[in-house]
Amino acid sequence: MAHPQPPESDPQSPSAPTAPAKSPRVGLFVTCLVDMFRPSIGFATLKLLEDAGCTVVVPAAQTCCGQPAFNSGDNKDTRAIATQVIEAFEGLDYVVAPSGSCAGMIREHYPELFADDPAMAQRAQHVAKRTYELTSFLVDVLGVTKVDAAMAGTVTYHDSCSGLRELEVKVQPRRLLAGVSGLSLTELPGAEVCCGFGGTFCVKYPEISDKMVTNKAEEIVATGADTLLAGDLGCLLNMAGKLKRLGAETKVRHVAEVLAGMTDTPAIGDPAASLPNKER
Amino acid sequence: MQSTSRNFKDNAHKALNDATLQRALLNVKSGFQENRARTVAGLPEFERLRDAGRDIKNHVLANLDFYLERFEENVTANGGHVHWCRTPAEAREKILEICKRREAKTVTKGKSMVAEEIGLNDYLEENGVEPIETDLGEYIIQLRHEPPSHIIAPAIHVTREQIAVDFRREHSDLDPNRRLEEPRDFTDEARAKLRDKYFAADVGITGANFLIAETGSTVIVTNEGNGDMTQLLGKAHVVIASLEKIVPTLEDASTILRLLARSATGQEMSVYTSFSTGPRRSEDRDGPEEFHVVLLDNGRSAMLGTEFQDMLRCIRCAACMNHCPVYEAVGGHAYGWVYPGPMGSVLTPSLIGVEEAGHLPNASTFCGRCESVCPMRIPLPKMMRHYRQREFEKGLSPQKARAGLSVWSYVATRPKLYRLATRLASGLLGRLGKVKGRLTTLPLAGGWTSVRDMPAPEGKTFHDLYRDRQAAKGGRE
Ligand code: SF4
Repeated sequence: MAHPQPPESDPQSPSAPTAPAKSPRVGLFVTCLVDMFRPSIGFATLKLLEDAGCTVVVPAAQTCCGQPAFNSGDNKDTRAIATQVIEAFEGLDYVVAPSGSCAGMIREHYPELFADDPAMAQRAQHVAKRTYELTSFLVDVLGVTKVDAAMAGTVTYHDSCSGLRELEVKVQPRRLLAGVSGLSLTELPGAEVCCGFGGTFCVKYPEISDKMVTNKAEEIVATGADTLLAGDLGCLLNMAGKLKRLGAETKVRHVAEVLAGMTDTPAIGDPAASLPNKER
Repeated sequence: MQSTSRNFKDNAHKALNDATLQRALLNVKSGFQENRARTVAGLPEFERLRDAGRDIKNHVLANLDFYLERFEENVTANGGHVHWCRTPAEAREKILEICKRREAKTVTKGKSMVAEEIGLNDYLEENGVEPIETDLGEYIIQLRHEPPSHIIAPAIHVTREQIAVDFRREHSDLDPNRRLEEPRDFTDEARAKLRDKYFAADVGITGANFLIAETGSTVIVTNEGNGDMTQLLGKAHVVIASLEKIVPTLEDASTILRLLARSATGQEMSVYTSFSTGPRRSEDRDGPEEFHVVLLDNGRSAMLGTEFQDMLRCIRCAACMNHCPVYEAVGGHAYGWVYPGPMGSVLTPSLIGVEEAGHLPNASTFCGRCESVCPMRIPLPKMMRHYRQREFEKGLSPQKARAGLSVWSYVATRPKLYRLATRLASGLLGRLGKVKGRLTTLPLAGGWTSVRDMPAPEGKTFHDLYRDRQAAKGGRE
């Protein structure tokens, strides 16, 4: 079967003009969903970071950010997982995740987990302050203004909740998408309304989740865009799953894939065979 | 009020399959969200006002006893009475006692969620006093024998067609062919029906949006003027309010008033903002002979000093539920008690126990939209998460979920084992979904695949692919 081949980063490729002089050491927090479902997003992230002049490190001792435990009220296990993340990443200049949800977890919630442990709280704070969602890191920290990518077609964009409301990720992906040649963006009405994923919520309350993602899918289809983009794989799996169930044609991809110019893989939920020509 | 919060899932199931309700719920979006957005955009200092509102309430909560006593002193000085009630039963009995003393046959009522909380109407009826709701929404649901489904729009779950049927049935003395289509038709008819009741009523009962410590005043905001009639025309005016409604000064009330209507209906101000300060004085043209404030605790003082204290800043504007996708999907009745939506998901377990209302703080995606619109900056998702922690600690969360979580946590804290598990899972699911690119059914994942497909994994994990790539390059960091 055709695995996506991890791209070799090309040292010759022009790095972003605004890359800092010194190459920051960035720890890639892959996220559990990207690791297991869609490594392509991880490699796209890697490429974007390297193109922007970062030295990317992928610590082996990472699994998940701990949200499943945290949002289930299990703080003890969450602390164990958070400790593992902190230990794996604390020596690096930055931590970057292709997810507002996981970056938000580390940035906004890790410090409060250790309220009773000042030493750990300090280490958590140290890592938290250096943690960014991918597009926000590229735009806000590195000052990237243009990526080297092309994709013909119309896309629409869903703002995932944690990225939007915890990290204020809104303009950054749009600014970068504006530089992708051949691409035009049609805004999604209700782009800031939750898609109904919510981690364990979607399996604990499937009927309510269904109602939410059905609304979302209908709005996506109504835009007429041929591709839906977002910055969080959880939401993307949910929306792609619903679009597929409804028989919609809309392709679904993580924004990093488009920004990295890596759209030769099948879109989320698509078989390899149905790859449309224009994406080849 | 009897709770059905335990049955949240069944309640939600029914609500989702109720086509009429789903039609009615469409009004939440068009009616509230857009209006709020427009009005808020027109007030540059809105964010600063939110800070000010939060600070006022935080100050009050830190000095609650002081301000409540000031309030009582001033009410008493004005010739009114304050009745401190710990429980709903005490509050009900006190109100009935006042009604009995005035030999009341009917009482008019302004909208009050606290009255719902203590089950006042049923209690009065059982004891021979007829309560008449005067707010149009409350009037409608009283005709329908339903509880409110929203804290400022109690009948939002009812469509106009349903109201027309109710009015024709209940107002059978009127022309059966009259027009009942526009909001105005309903308001006029209800108003005509209510007019005589105001004059016949012996006691008027209202809630309060604010209690003002420095003057001993109570404040209500309404759009129909029914509250004014209720509190002025009865011989006695009874205000039922929970104790966190207190603010120190008139100035503070005005600050929060600037937030309230904008957050609630998207108006700059409600049509009526009515202040009641004691009973009628000899020089007054009208007003009640008696003025009572029934001050209800019902578990609120127990929230002070806990991680749920911030919830007591709530001014009942309903912005959180108006912007909640879960509320929008299932409506207010599904929540099973007086207070629905995000504020209810925190307040209900606080007041009736997390054992009873445990579903509510779980039925949230933590999308955070409620917190982003809450004028009092109440961190609603954070407090829902605190309830999840309590449930987890008390062993109240479902056994199956706990078992799954503990296995997952065990694996997630052992990266090598985790790599193995994800390699197997990714490979297996990848093969199963290879042809279609997705899975339409999946054992143990029915919650997912019952309503949507599961996009298939690409087949190898990132970490395996990355390791191979680094090996090819010669060494991983
Ligand atoms: S929690 Fe906030 S948004 Fe919700 S009703 Fe209370 S004050 Fe309004």
